[in-house]
Amino acid sequence: MVPTDLRYTKEHEWVRVQDGVATVGITDHAAEQLGDIVFVELPGAGSSVSAGKTFGVVESVKAVSDLFAPVSGEVAEANAELDGKPELVNSDPYGTGWMIKVVVADVAELDRLLDAAAYEALVAAE
Amino acid sequence: MTERVTPEAAAAAAQAGPVPTGAAIPPGAGPALQPTIFELSRPGRGGGKVAHPPKDALDRIPAGMRRTAPPALPELDEPTVARHYVNLSHLNYSIETGFYPLGSCTMKYNPKVDEWAARLNGFAALHPFAPDENAQGTLQLLWELERALAEISGMEAVTLQPAAGAQGELTGILMVRAYHRARGDTDRTEVLVPDTAHGTNPATASMAGFTTVSIPSAPDGGVDLEAFRAALGPRTAAIMITNPSTYGLFERRIADLIEMVHVAGALAYMDGANLNAIMGRFRPGDAGFDVMHFNVHKTFSTPHGGGGPGAGPVGVRGALAPYLPVPRVLREPDGTFRLERAGERPRSVGRVRSFVGNVGVLVRAYAYILAHGGRGLAEVSEDAVLAANYLRKRVGESFEIPFDRVCMHEFVASAAGLKRETGIRTLDVAKRLIDHGFHPPTIYFPLTIEEGMLIEPTETESVETLDAFADALAAIAREARETPDLVRSAPRTAPVRRLDEAAAARQPNLRWRPAAGAETPCPD
Repeated sequence: MVPTDLRYTKEHEWVRVQDGVATVGITDHAAEQLGDIVFVELPGAGSSVSAGKTFGVVESVKAVSDLFAPVSGEVAEANAELDGKPELVNSDPYGTGWMIKVVVADVAELDRLLDAAAYEALVAAE
Repeated sequence: MTERVTPEAAAAAAQAGPVPTGAAIPPGAGPALQPTIFELSRPGRGGGKVAHPPKDALDRIPAGMRRTAPPALPELDEPTVARHYVNLSHLNYSIETGFYPLGSCTMKYNPKVDEWAARLNGFAALHPFAPDENAQGTLQLLWELERALAEISGMEAVTLQPAAGAQGELTGILMVRAYHRARGDTDRTEVLVPDTAHGTNPATASMAGFTTVSIPSAPDGGVDLEAFRAALGPRTAAIMITNPSTYGLFERRIADLIEMVHVAGALAYMDGANLNAIMGRFRPGDAGFDVMHFNVHKTFSTPHGGGGPGAGPVGVRGALAPYLPVPRVLREPDGTFRLERAGERPRSVGRVRSFVGNVGVLVRAYAYILAHGGRGLAEVSEDAVLAANYLRKRVGESFEIPFDRVCMHEFVASAAGLKRETGIRTLDVAKRLIDHGFHPPTIYFPLTIEEGMLIEPTETESVETLDAFADALAAIAREARETPDLVRSAPRTAPVRRLDEAAAARQPNLRWRPAAGAETPCPD
């Protein structure tokens, strides 16, 4: 079951929007598929990200994968704790394993994201 | 009912004495782990007398260049050193101890005669700065090897310089860049790479300054032609394609793909890593490929693994020959050979490696090619494909085969069904294969296959070996259902038990340090 209060991308990122700031991470399904995550590379605060474009890299014992931004905007904060504890992405993907916070430039972009039901259907179809 | 000997029982029977269970063995270690050479060191022990330099020798070295503390070298007698390394070598698994079906790596048996050739004094002892007139034999060998690779691939010219397949890729793509630039065609900034490609392909494109565009696969395992058509355009510099692909499948639409690439004004690069499947049957040059690299250490018999040694020659069609790295080996009208001189071919992409390449690897390739001849090389590929297809059918008895059609030299199997049924993953199966006496196949690659295993038997294995491997996989599938903990805790008979790969990657510990308070010559 995926959290119902979040929005999702086809590339398995999740978004939680609060007061115009989107917190972004990867889903439990993505973390499970990647296996033990050993390194997360994130953009610094102040850099900008664009919806659908890569914003960082996640490396597991199996593979290195791009991270895709669900929304466009300026990065307000990156999760510095992942530097020393990338395993948080595996153990708590929707909580302490979050990756970046983005000041959303265009709220209309959020409408293009998947809701929980649509994301679950996507995972089931894989 | 017959009693099957478990790997544990076999290992226990082979164990000379009781398994030591002392606390000295670190966690994760099996009984056979060896102490490091530093731990074997005893102060003052040595293996012979080394003549001391004259007393004033040190005075001739500038004070600032002299070390202030003695080097931290271990102190041992010669028999201990010899035993240490021989015992370590016994822990090693190689193609000469057993089957090594590591997909994509072509771990074939390497004939000893090729080792003999590479060690001939005239090759092995030749100084890289030797003048051309003293290196005629080696230069002739290199020149003839270029011709042989050109004939095998259908390419027109070859450089032997790159030190490995990945460097060959980079050399090839740098030539593609130079080709477009020379024509003033500078808007071509993208390289198309199918999602089944070797990871080095997108890395190569990036290193050469291009943007990589990933092309998805169609359900049959080939390139999705519609997605490819949509991505192809005036910004496309090249497509990099591995054929056969990393699914072990021959790209059926290869002629269409190359034609579309050329119509769009781009070039076609072939990753020749899987050459072992196609010799004598498919020449990339004839199919229209413009550039390709060869992993000669794989196809042409240099023992490799763990990062080397290799060589990655690159073949090109005529239009790209001006851009080949310098120096090329030239044959003069009088039949002598020489290296190109500086500035002789100004459009070259330059030098990509010191001297003329990894000559030892190239001598082995030359020896292998001549020993087999054209017909023999075709037979190599035929047997490699036959072995892979036989094993595909046998492995298919216990695991899923995602693309169950005739494969080339390797095939993909999947433990996805087993995982759903028992929770046992491909990683567990791979570790358990070690207990059954086999090197595991490549796992979790290609990335697009869930719980994938890429299995490449090569042409040098007997049907008995292939059967034994398939039987081991079937036995592991049974174990996964009946005694899953056995599989989950594998390997149990190896020098070390299951390693914590995540911790190793998160906190790499690459250097041995003495335990606190230990007596050692290594003070830090």
